[in-house]
Amino acid sequence: MEEVKPQLIKITFDGIEVEVEPGTTIMQAARKIAEADDTQAGLVPPAMCYYKPLPASGGKCRACLVRVAQGSAKDPRPMPKLVPSCITQVQEGMVVENTTNPAVLDTRKSIVEFLLINHPLDCPICDQAGECHLQDFAFEHGSAKTRYEEERRTFEKIDIGPNIQLHMTRCILCYRCVYTADQITNKREHGVMGRGDASEISTYIEKAIDNDFSGNVIDVCPVGALTDKTFRFKNRVWFSKPEDAHCNCDKCSGKAVVWYRGDEVIRVTARKNTWGEVTEFICNSCRFEKKKTSDWVLEGPTKVKRSSVISANKYRADLIKKPDFALKLAATQFKNIDDSRPYVTDSATIREQSIKNNDKANHRSLLSKN
Amino acid sequence: MTLMERAYLPAIATGLAITIKHFFAKKVTIEYPEVKRYLGPVFRGRHILKRDEEGRERCTACGLCAVACPAEAISMVAEERVKGEESLYREEKYAAVYEVNMLRCIFCGLCEEACPKQAVYLRHDEFVPVFADRDQVIWGKDRLVEDMNNRYTRESWTKEEARMLDAKRANGEATNVVPRAIP
Repeated sequence: MEEVKPQLIKITFDGIEVEVEPGTTIMQAARKIAEADDTQAGLVPPAMCYYKPLPASGGKCRACLVRVAQGSAKDPRPMPKLVPSCITQVQEGMVVENTTNPAVLDTRKSIVEFLLINHPLDCPICDQAGECHLQDFAFEHGSAKTRYEEERRTFEKIDIGPNIQLHMTRCILCYRCVYTADQITNKREHGVMGRGDASEISTYIEKAIDNDFSGNVIDVCPVGALTDKTFRFKNRVWFSKPEDAHCNCDKCSGKAVVWYRGDEVIRVTARKNTWGEVTEFICNSCRFEKKKTSDWVLEGPTKVKRSSVISANKYRADLIKKPDFALKLAATQFKNIDDSRPYVTDSATIREQSIKNNDKANHRSLLSKN
Repeated sequence: MTLMERAYLPAIATGLAITIKHFFAKKVTIEYPEVKRYLGPVFRGRHILKRDEEGRERCTACGLCAVACPAEAISMVAEERVKGEESLYREEKYAAVYEVNMLRCIFCGLCEEACPKQAVYLRHDEFVPVFADRDQVIWGKDRLVEDMNNRYTRESWTKEEARMLDAKRANGEATNVVPRAIP
């Protein structure tokens, strides 16, 4: 039987044409562009709630709003409002504007403001600082000052099980942890209670999640709302050194990142891809119990983006910026030395030439004097 | 030459007069270790870890000073505040160890600029004293944290403030500014 290949859909994202499969979202199309050409990484819409490995996630934070200037080739009218790119599927001939449209950037600025309304300014204390998606989002798209003067909502800290701590104050209600819990258990153990301003992540009256994979809610959380209690206040992420490592685990893939302070393992997390997403969850025993180097087989230092603060004070070759500009300039100005003179061995000729050269030099210096 | 010029005596007298005038003139030099010059409001001397008005330590060991430090002179260990220590530390996390390596420090003041809690400052009135021993090079919290009985006061706590004060002084305004202990 002949294999039926789905016809690819061509869309234009910020002036760049890309072909994707039907059913792909605008976000995925943008990521495809960036994966093909990493200089275009800046045009991918930011995502605070969307998490590809978690089905049904997305559409909540509005960080990824884009403008669709042309709905499709058949219906070229623009979409009336900005649409969330993480849940909007592409159509043939769609034209999307993200960084090229000032309205989108302006809206994004407002979205940062909305997300930060109830988010406390406790980054100096928060363990997530340095790898926080909200920090990145606010830094890249927000304004430097807050206009909010009212009281922020506050909650008491809650311990979810022995190893996870919930700071509801910091939560931005992205629902990622809820979808993670839905994925790893059959029962509903973890959800959001209350509505609007009063909504709150809860585990049905603080019922501890005793699932083996519950620790992954820490990695999935874009902010510091769910944090590792074994790592609490141990160190700032940029002082620790991440190393890729694996171990033989019968529950999970065993692929993890081990964070060192000196020779001491202070934290174990799952591996994240370019988009900050964990594709392979790790189990709780790997995360919370294997805190010795002997538990792990090290693979080498984790690749950290140079823009990340985690790369600070680390002098690995791939983290040090090469002087691109100077090298390019040198390449344009490079000239081969003219060395076409005959090679003279005869002593009489050498003597004659050196006298001539000497005269030339004297002549030149006398000329330059005048 | 005229007779007056040939006599030389008047010239010697004028010369001596200049010399004698300098005996009574105000001296431009000072006797350094006994007398110290005012170094300016934004001089960057030794570090201090500030306390707030209630005497609680402001530092939360966020590590921004250490990551901003180009000489990697600062290191710290954070600790969680326990119940009963609310009068000692301002936030739920504090620096149990805070060390500045004064040999490494280049007194650039980036730590001061990076500090989100206005905890670390470079004093405008004190230098790091000369080391006599290697043990004295690394300053711990015992030497860095502010003494509440002898607080560090300053006329202006930011560069902007200092600049404004300078402008006011140049115009003859703001003659009596009282240095204050709290940024």
